[in-house]
Amino acid sequence: MEHIISILVENKFGVLARVAGLFSARGYNIESLSVAPTLDPTTSMITIVTIGDDRIIEQIMKQLNKVVEVLKVVDLTETHFLDRETALIKVHTKPEHRDEAIRITDIFRAKIVDSSPTTYTIEITGDVDKVEALINLLRPLGIRELIRTGRIAIARETTRTASPRREPALLVKT
Amino acid sequence: MKKTGADIFVESLRHEGVKTVFGLPGGVVLKIFDVLCQQKDIELVLTRHEQAAAHMAEGYAKATGRAGVVLVTSGPGMTNIVTGLADAYMDSVPLVAFTGQVSTNLIGNDAFQEADNVGISRPCTKHNVLVKDVSDLAAIIKEAFYIATTGRPGPVLVDIPKDVSTEKAEFKYPDKVNLRGYNPTVDGNKHQIKQAAEEIMRAKRPIIYVGGGAVFSNAADAILEFAEITQIPVTMTLMGLGSFPGNHPLSLGMLGMHGAYWSNMAMHHADLLIAVGARFDDRVTGKLSEFCPEARVVHIDIDPTSIKKTFHAHIPIVGDVKTVLRQMNVVLRAMDGNAAEMKALRAPWLKQIEDWKKSHPLTYKQDDKITKPQYVVEKLYELTKHDAIVATDVGQHQMWAAQYFKGTKPRTWLTSGGLGTMGFGFPAAIGAQKAFPDRLVVCITSEGSFQMNLQELATAAEHKLPIKIVLLHNGCHGMVRQWQDLFYEGRYSASQLGNTPDFVKLAEAYGILGLRAAKPSEVEPVLKEGLKHKGPVLMDVYTDPFENCYPMIPAGGAQHEMMLEDPPELLEARKGGVHKRKVEEGEGVLPA
Repeated sequence: MEHIISILVENKFGVLARVAGLFSARGYNIESLSVAPTLDPTTSMITIVTIGDDRIIEQIMKQLNKVVEVLKVVDLTETHFLDRETALIKVHTKPEHRDEAIRITDIFRAKIVDSSPTTYTIEITGDVDKVEALINLLRPLGIRELIRTGRIAIARETTRTASPRREPALLVKT
Repeated sequence: MKKTGADIFVESLRHEGVKTVFGLPGGVVLKIFDVLCQQKDIELVLTRHEQAAAHMAEGYAKATGRAGVVLVTSGPGMTNIVTGLADAYMDSVPLVAFTGQVSTNLIGNDAFQEADNVGISRPCTKHNVLVKDVSDLAAIIKEAFYIATTGRPGPVLVDIPKDVSTEKAEFKYPDKVNLRGYNPTVDGNKHQIKQAAEEIMRAKRPIIYVGGGAVFSNAADAILEFAEITQIPVTMTLMGLGSFPGNHPLSLGMLGMHGAYWSNMAMHHADLLIAVGARFDDRVTGKLSEFCPEARVVHIDIDPTSIKKTFHAHIPIVGDVKTVLRQMNVVLRAMDGNAAEMKALRAPWLKQIEDWKKSHPLTYKQDDKITKPQYVVEKLYELTKHDAIVATDVGQHQMWAAQYFKGTKPRTWLTSGGLGTMGFGFPAAIGAQKAFPDRLVVCITSEGSFQMNLQELATAAEHKLPIKIVLLHNGCHGMVRQWQDLFYEGRYSASQLGNTPDFVKLAEAYGILGLRAAKPSEVEPVLKEGLKHKGPVLMDVYTDPFENCYPMIPAGGAQHEMMLEDPPELLEARKGGVHKRKVEEGEGVLPA
């Protein structure tokens, strides 16, 4: 099953390498990864999307917690959360396809952020289904280049205190 | 007053109570070595190879419980200690390794003797840091020792660029660490402990399975009390040996691939398994799907990742083993109060184990022609009156030492378990002897392993360390040869060590005493003479090159399916000359 894991870490040299190395050394997959500083400039938030059964996810959570520079690990999949991803899609636009490209962009409330005589670059932000649906619709026009940020996610406020499945002591550093 | 990085380094070590550093100098750490030689509090033991420095520090740490300290140069200095770091990481040995690094302005330029020390060591250290600013050095050293020795111990690497060791900063050693992401759980969850205690009271066939965590947590007393109140037998992993007296009636000795028959049978039939600082290694469990099929599992470990990693746990208890067992003992005493009842409940189980012990004892047949390695270890056990720090290398001799040298005290058994590092034993013995100059330190080894770090004979000789090396000389990589005999139809691919040096002359070349026991009758006199000798001794004991180590759970086999002796096909094949070499009676394949 797919899990989205938020990892709050010290904003220090080498921390990302340590977290990524932990995944590769133990044969866990990283589907997507995003990292940026938080409100507190001494910390960064890493969001990793990974796939594994319960046993693997439990190990991943514990292994992450063990890293000295990791401050907090939350498996958002165990709560209610919002996730978003941004994609930039450069599509070929032959004259006869231009209207179609604009129509699709409008339907998805996406934006054309750059245009050239032969291409449009479309920006979309949304959950994974939305981004993928747009990509699928644009595909027949001919996608020249596609960049995705990887997913970021945040817990919904009202359910923040929802109790996780397993002992909290094992999941979150105190 | 401002101090140089090198001075701060030495001052910081002094604050940590470090007495001994194992290392070897090189270009970028010269400033640190220069400061070291101008003071008396910290002794530098110069090793002949950096790998040995790491293993010495491990031996020191295992024997004392304090962090072992290594100091080496950049590039090859650092890469040579990687094996030691990986070994320490696997076996949870507290180690602080200081490596030199090229000056900060040269990092990344492929400078002379540059290597990405933090990058290389990241997967084999508990933590590592590159010091970029001399004013951070003291705090980083404080943190390094704290991280190495607390929680589940492990190696920490601190990489010090040359300019950091020469630049100056104000020195103030911090009194406490400030690590918001590092806070190991020490106390066990009370509810879980209560639940475990209830299961323990009910269990009819319980067993305590103790690993290396018990040694590092200094839990021996707590385990003894726990086992005695509950009348539960105790089996130990290779790393856990010594944490429960090997000669105690409740001791089952070692379990696992080469563990005793009765230990493995007891595990297989247990209805409650209490794992104490052990991590269900594949050398212990064998085939996981058939491991302890009937047991409920209580797993006590300070490292949450060890729990439910390979095997399920019904009652996980995260915490320091000693602390948790003490909590448990209090709960049990309050619940129980009737030791006689407890004894009666366990009696049939203990009787069953006793029967297994009687029906399948550890055995070997010693004749007057060729020395059996087990005989040497048993004699050594007798002659040392069980009171020695024993370091071993890796392979058959290690397993025989584990089976026959029934250690009674923790921190007297130094061996490489998880990584299985040949070449570990002798330097580890040096580290332990350095920590305890007046204690008897024995290194049980064999020529395959010993030759991986024999250059340290020079270190032992220089420091006049009275280590007793007992080399079980069998002409081959014995464990490899055993597997080739059992699983590869006796094709000895690269396992034969025909061309070994004359170890007696080798010892003499290094200025230490060399003795040889070529025949069984010479074993006892040689061991006696060696043990009596004041300085280091190398005892070269010729042993049967075809002796195999049993019991044995073949890799991937289930725990109760042990091989107990050479299978008939193997004996037959040997007779028929299928095997490339034969034992010529009395001489074997050993040098004359």
